[in-house]
Amino acid sequence: MRHLLSTRDLGRDEAVAILDVAEDMADVADREIKKLPALRGKTVVNLFFEDSTRTRISFEAAAKRLSADVINFSAKGSSVSKGESLKDTAQTLAAMGADAVVVRHQASGAPSVLAQSGWIDAGIVNAGDGTHEHPTQALLDAFTIRRRLHGASARGRDLDGVTVTIVGDILHSRVARSNVWLLSALGAHVSFVAPATLMPIGIRGWPVTVGYDLDAAIAAKPDVVMMLRIQGERMNAAFFPTAREYARQWGLDDERLAKLPASSLVMHPGPMNRGLEISAKAADSAQSTVLEQVANGVSVRMAVLYLLLSGNAGEK
Amino acid sequence: MTARLVLQSADITRALTRISHEILESNRGASDLVLLGIPTRGIVLARRIGEILDSIEPGSGTVGFLDVTMYRDDLAKNPTRAPSPTQIPAGGIDGKTVVLVDDVLYSGRTIRAALDALNDIGRPRAVRLAALVDRGHRELPIRADFVGKNLPTSSSERINVRLLEVDGVDEITIEGGDA
Repeated sequence: MRHLLSTRDLGRDEAVAILDVAEDMADVADREIKKLPALRGKTVVNLFFEDSTRTRISFEAAAKRLSADVINFSAKGSSVSKGESLKDTAQTLAAMGADAVVVRHQASGAPSVLAQSGWIDAGIVNAGDGTHEHPTQALLDAFTIRRRLHGASARGRDLDGVTVTIVGDILHSRVARSNVWLLSALGAHVSFVAPATLMPIGIRGWPVTVGYDLDAAIAAKPDVVMMLRIQGERMNAAFFPTAREYARQWGLDDERLAKLPASSLVMHPGPMNRGLEISAKAADSAQSTVLEQVANGVSVRMAVLYLLLSGNAGEK
Repeated sequence: MTARLVLQSADITRALTRISHEILESNRGASDLVLLGIPTRGIVLARRIGEILDSIEPGSGTVGFLDVTMYRDDLAKNPTRAPSPTQIPAGGIDGKTVVLVDDVLYSGRTIRAALDALNDIGRPRAVRLAALVDRGHRELPIRADFVGKNLPTSSSERINVRLLEVDGVDEITIEGGDA
């Protein structure tokens, strides 16, 4: 693997292979010494043009557990706020000898620009670009589902026949986009539930079924319900009348939680708006995988960094 | 190129039985013994030795496996290797005598990696090494405590260890070389 830009490029076997490596990385987290020497001497740059806590810290923890050196770069308080272009920033990082660059950018496609431009010869990991994709989030979601469903025998298995309902702001969600491609490559059936105003245009070609009624979706007893965050920073048009109305219609409240089968998983990529898209009871229930997702995020990102950075640079 | 058969199924069994007795002898019994196989075929061999130990002194064959991929010194020189799982027996390895089991001992670099990996897992009382075949050409100051068969080889030759559980047949062959 040279870059990880989109889950659309991943086939079933490749995705299963990444998840299997992540299983091995997860075993390390249970040990007293949570460190592997595999990436000693490699430099990973976290290049974050957009705010993020968990993704950045997760990548940082992952790189450090593999003994790589980590440089954190956030656009705030850097020369980007003085008007430096992406190209100049990338070339600066290249000159400092970065082996991998983890990019989060508010513009969709920024990571692929970096990967294809030739400005920098490092492996590029997309850590969320605009409303396009967030591949490591989808990988950790798939990993979490696989672990909960198959337990210790998860290695080598896909998500054949698993039904996943993704609820909420699909329009702005890179998590939903990455999950659609990855989960369907792994054999799961994905459906979207959202207000019509928050459903993307041109969705017909995607491997999903579309619905607008959360109660109907819950009555269908999905294996997984994934609630998306209502992104306040992107709510710049009248997508729904009020937050309370959204919570009533499309929020996973206590009543809907009770109707959900006890075996169904409740997922949320975080950060959660408790009381809006998910109730506190749902977020803290035994069905909720929110904290597992965070823990698994480190393992999955270790796997991605390992696969990207180990091996000779000759194979591209 | 022809492959020359050097050890057959019965020879392998005999060698493993002898190694098992030697392990028990040097350990003065079976107490605090942990066998760790190195993937892929070391795991099979460790399990077989474990079974033999069990038949000699019941309860003595504690077997696990140790993946050394992340500790290799050639990660950057070869195509990406997929790691495999590590499984340490429930009692851990602290204070135990660990016997590393591998199929072929060659440069010694795999064992160097295994020693580093052990270091991150615990502190054994002693670490021993059992290898089914020692083919020479060491690049590090490492030797085996228990050897099934010494096979002097040229470095252009290739040793193939095939085991029933992995390859469907028990045999060791030498391939290639100038001979």
